[in-house]
Amino acid sequence: MSTQSNAVPDSPLDSQALPPATLSETRPLYWSVRRELWENHSIYVAPLAIAAVYLLSFTVSAIWLPNNMREVWMPHTMREMATLKVADTLIGLAMPYTHATALVGMVAFLVGIFYSLEALHSERRDRSILFWKALPVSDLTTVLSKAAIPLVVLPLIVLAVSVVLQQIMRLLSMAVLVMNGGSAAPLWTRLPLSDMELVTLYGTVVIVLWHAPIYCWFLLVSGWARRAVFLWAVVPWLAIAAMENIAFHTSFLGRMLHGRLLGFGEAAFDLKDKNGVPIDTHFIPLTQLTPGRFLSSPGLWLGLIVAAAFFLAAVRQRRYREPL
Amino acid sequence: MTVIEARGLRKAFGATVALDGVDLQVAEGRILGLIGPNGAGKSTALNAILGLTPYQGELRVLGRDPWNERDQLMRDVCFIADVAVLPRWMQVSQALDYVAGVHPRFDRAKAESFLAKTDIKHSSKIRELSKGMVTQFHLALVMAIDARLLVLDEPTIGLDILYRKQFYDSLLNDYFDRSRTIVVTTHQVEDVQHVLTDLMLINRGRIVLTCTMEEFESRYLEVKVRPEQVAAARALKPIHERQALGRSILIFDRAVDQKLDRQQLATLGDVHTPSIADLFVALMGNHAGAAKGAAR
Repeated sequence: MSTQSNAVPDSPLDSQALPPATLSETRPLYWSVRRELWENHSIYVAPLAIAAVYLLSFTVSAIWLPNNMREVWMPHTMREMATLKVADTLIGLAMPYTHATALVGMVAFLVGIFYSLEALHSERRDRSILFWKALPVSDLTTVLSKAAIPLVVLPLIVLAVSVVLQQIMRLLSMAVLVMNGGSAAPLWTRLPLSDMELVTLYGTVVIVLWHAPIYCWFLLVSGWARRAVFLWAVVPWLAIAAMENIAFHTSFLGRMLHGRLLGFGEAAFDLKDKNGVPIDTHFIPLTQLTPGRFLSSPGLWLGLIVAAAFFLAAVRQRRYREPL
Repeated sequence: MTVIEARGLRKAFGATVALDGVDLQVAEGRILGLIGPNGAGKSTALNAILGLTPYQGELRVLGRDPWNERDQLMRDVCFIADVAVLPRWMQVSQALDYVAGVHPRFDRAKAESFLAKTDIKHSSKIRELSKGMVTQFHLALVMAIDARLLVLDEPTIGLDILYRKQFYDSLLNDYFDRSRTIVVTTHQVEDVQHVLTDLMLINRGRIVLTCTMEEFESRYLEVKVRPEQVAAARALKPIHERQALGRSILIFDRAVDQKLDRQQLATLGDVHTPSIADLFVALMGNHAGAAKGAAR
């Protein structure tokens, strides 16, 4: 054991001589987001994995299946091209690409939900909250970094994965067509991938803004519940909706919840053509986007206000949180 | 310079009072041991000092209000709780990257040089390290931070004697200097008795004793009394008496009788400074009887 004389070596230092403690305001946020990616590999692995599975299926279909089966997946053979109307051709061409994006988006949504449910719970469960709170990172920065995963990082991953996946799919399709003695030109000229990517970008932003209160609610519950976070996050809503239905024979809450999950479509897209006929959502032309209507939608702004309230409550709550 | 200043610090959890009007002053360059049984209020006091829990009363740490300025305060304060708080999923290199990324006073080269003396690999995950290695790593992270106050809450719990000794040796030889202040709570009092410069005994949320170690050593004397001298020793009004191996061991408080001196007591038996644990038991009386085991 060291003695007290060892304990106090003669090296008096002026406490005022410490170097200035300055860091850019965004640096802790940047590193906190990186920390989330280190801890939660599923944020990028799951979208990549589903993209890989989809690409594999698409490849198998394109290369190995007989022509009639291949046409289900790749209805853009030269023979079929020649017999279809322009609009049908477009939808046929776009379908697998739209499916790919939708699948990646749905997986990202699920990852975002389960991430949010864990985000402020796991640090209390494994007691690491004591380590994080011993560092000069504010609760605001910490919760912001966690909210950034479903609200910023996952959408960016969806966009990147979708774009790369669609490009690979198109190159693969072209290669198969050429190897079968056909022409790859229609896939350049008739498949408006850049338009589809713009729709994907728009749709991703729309969906994230629309779902923001869902993610923020789950973050709040993950910081509050001691256990069974998923049940605490979901069951109260279902119970209240059921009670409303039984007691008053109404379903306002149920419709509200349904609208919060899927209502972005009506606000952000015009899903009928000029004749009032529903359009095929496998290919949504740019003309059907309604950003003005979306931005003036009360559902958007009410949702964002609620999301901000949940977010601030989660920040405040983290101040009081201790290990479980 | 005063590093920690508390007046009337109070914290209750429902009907349970964890801190009951604690007054506390810790000057720069001191190593304060906050000693008490389980539930005494030690960790609550530390949590208040670190801004981890709200409180009543006045508390300033390095001139800041810990509850409202935790993140700024943590630029100058380091904290090691028990060994289980480092995130188990994290790699050693990631922890270094992260702390370097968020802490303006972290010297990565210094941390690397501390780690170079250990068997810890950069690619290892925390969960792959032994308890002792986790503590070494946590200490390396903390020692590389140019902080002014280090708070240790049971930092060596669950470690064997070698790692415990190494921990405090590193802390004193490689980290501590007169510009830094350390506050430590531990049940392994014998590990820190010769490390501390100041002592504070706490029980049921109240300060029982606060003194420097010099005062402690000059004020309290323990005598292993020879059997024939027991009656004479008891006449000098010891504050506590216990039996060990057939001998009576009495503790005297020179504040009670200032005429008592070491030579006088030496005529009754072997005289030495009591351990903090024995003094704690003596001061707690029957209340702390059960706590003695914990305090040892």
